[in-house]
Amino acid sequence: MIDTRVKIAQVEFKNPVIAASGTFGFGREYGEYFSLSKLGGISTKGLTLNKRGGNEGIRIYETTGGILNSIGLQNPGIDDFIQEELPFLEKQDTVLLANVGGSTIDEYIKSVEKLNETNVDGIELNISCPNVKKGGMAFGIKSEIAYKVVLEVRQVCKKPLIVKLSPNAEDIVHMAQCCERAGADGLSLVNTFSGMAIDIYSRKPVFNNILAGLSGPCIKPIALRMVYEVSKAVNIPVIGIGGIMDYKDAIEFIMAGAYAVQIGSGNFINPHICLDIIDGIERFMEDEGIKFIEEIRGVI
Amino acid sequence: MKEGYRKVTICSNREIATDIYEMKVKGSGILGDPGQFYMLKGWLGLDPFLPRPISICDISDDKITFLYEIRGKGTGIMANLKALDKIEILGPLGNGFNLNSKGNIAIISGGIGIAPMIYTMKSIDTPIDFYCGFRDEVYYIDEIKKHANNIYITTEDGSVGHKGFITELFVPEKYDIVMTCGPIPMMKKVVQMCKDKVPVFISMESRMACGIGACLGCSIETTWGMKRVCKDGPVFSGEEVIFYD
Ligand SMILES: Cc1cc2nc3c(=O)[nH]c(=O)nc-3n(C[C@H](O)[C@H](O)[C@H](O)COP(=O)(O)OP(=O)(O)OC[C@H]3O[C@@H](n4cnc5c(N)ncnc54)[C@H](O)[C@@H]3O)c2cc1C
Ligand SMILES: Cc1cc2nc3c(=O)[nH]c(=O)nc-3n(C[C@H](O)[C@H](O)[C@H](O)COP(=O)(O)O)c2cc1C
Ligand code: FES
Repeated sequence: MIDTRVKIAQVEFKNPVIAASGTFGFGREYGEYFSLSKLGGISTKGLTLNKRGGNEGIRIYETTGGILNSIGLQNPGIDDFIQEELPFLEKQDTVLLANVGGSTIDEYIKSVEKLNETNVDGIELNISCPNVKKGGMAFGIKSEIAYKVVLEVRQVCKKPLIVKLSPNAEDIVHMAQCCERAGADGLSLVNTFSGMAIDIYSRKPVFNNILAGLSGPCIKPIALRMVYEVSKAVNIPVIGIGGIMDYKDAIEFIMAGAYAVQIGSGNFINPHICLDIIDGIERFMEDEGIKFIEEIRGVI
Repeated sequence: MKEGYRKVTICSNREIATDIYEMKVKGSGILGDPGQFYMLKGWLGLDPFLPRPISICDISDDKITFLYEIRGKGTGIMANLKALDKIEILGPLGNGFNLNSKGNIAIISGGIGIAPMIYTMKSIDTPIDFYCGFRDEVYYIDEIKKHANNIYITTEDGSVGHKGFITELFVPEKYDIVMTCGPIPMMKKVVQMCKDKVPVFISMESRMACGIGACLGCSIETTWGMKRVCKDGPVFSGEEVIFYD
């Protein structure tokens, strides 16, 4: 018998496969394709204190081996989430992470305070958001700024706190260590890479915001390297994200040190991809005579 | 539970005008309403990465027809597929046209926007006036003639029918309901012409990733707030869509 359970920040996941924020909505749509209770966990669409309509113009642009996106955190706001979406998600027998974004520290804090009073299992703090006080540079670029955000959020957060790192950080290892020191219970990485595309006929950037976030298989080797380096440098659990398309990719991240993995863009090309990966991991463990995930975690 | 991507077999795939292909596929229990679409993957592996949204052009006896124009990589690969090749499809997706429409109905299509309007036309009992605009070559005209009350054709180069845009022939006052699919500027014009005169329903296009309503990549602004073309549409009422210049 194999055992795929993993524990991160006192929360038990029935398997190490989590649907990534922004690619899975609030679960309803994928729930039409399979029982969400089969998942290790779900990370919600990025939530902000107030409702956001998101960005104008093109939001999705395919590139070789992945996609650029500029959704702009379109979401109904925390209150509406709690009222309209949470009751459905609570009924699913899976770990629920509320992914929280913000443009000021105050906004992060207010959002987390509201979520403290709910049944979400944990907070995934997205520090890749533009910081309005610092001219729009993301909180997740400079370690000192991220440290401050995490420290302040930690003081109010009553839930397990996972900080989601941006691969655009100046020094991802230092960033990870700062978040750990500030009190994070776990880290998830990576968010999207900053990228761009140009329409050569109109001589304009494809995206209104010029820059957009790159995800998908094209980022996997870099994401894997970052997970490997960060896992070695911190003592809190790391969740690996970036271009995972099958169980082999997932196992690579686990061997690089990840406790669990998140599946993002892969959901778009196959709504059953998370289930396929869960099955694949189980088969791999059986074939390789692995009883617990820990046996292969961080073996590199 | 809904079925995910499934493999279907291509029966035929032929070029009916320059870069315009008609693909028929066969698979058991194929469903769909007029205006709905499928996500298509006509390749193995991850390149192209995303599946492509293509409307239902027609459905009968486990066979579905897709009509598509070669625009880039994905449709280019699809055009090279042959009978007996396999293709993966997900659907039917989205909300189609309301077919309980009564009275005089006009359908207006621009270019490849004709695709969803064929099945729509065939599914409506009352006589329809079909306005179809093309750039130069025309296609599917015989099929329309078989079902429509009147057919109006324009080409931008004047090679067939009236020379100019299809909106030049359209008279909104004659109709109780209007349905349209085509380039955004054309649909915007149709909506303007119909304003305060006749209800108009439009089939919107947007770049998609998931196709099922989860990623918010296809969101458009409406008078009801942000709506997803793939899940809340692709058919919207003309008054609710906010067009940008
Ligand atoms: C609901 C819906 C129904 C559609 N029905 C049809 C149909 O019946 N027949 C048909 O020929 N076309 C249809 N289209 C447009 C068709 O999806 C695009 O032409 C096609 O995706 C282009 O892919 P490509 O790889 O050939 O082009 P590329 O330019 O290589 O595509 C790159 C990316 O851009 C996207 N893209 C490019 N152009 C468009 C576009 N105009 N609209 C949306 N996404 C685009 C692609 O999906 C892909 O993700 C429909 C679009 C939508 C949203
Ligand atoms: C369309 C889209 C929307 C996303 N929205 C969010 C978000 O709201 N919050 C967040 O933390 N990450 C968001 N992400 C990032 C993903 O959760 C994930 O970190 C990233 O896509 C890399 O994983 P992947 O290569 O498997 O997609 C989004 C990604 C995509 C493609
Ligand atoms: S394509 Fe993902 S929400 Fe419409």
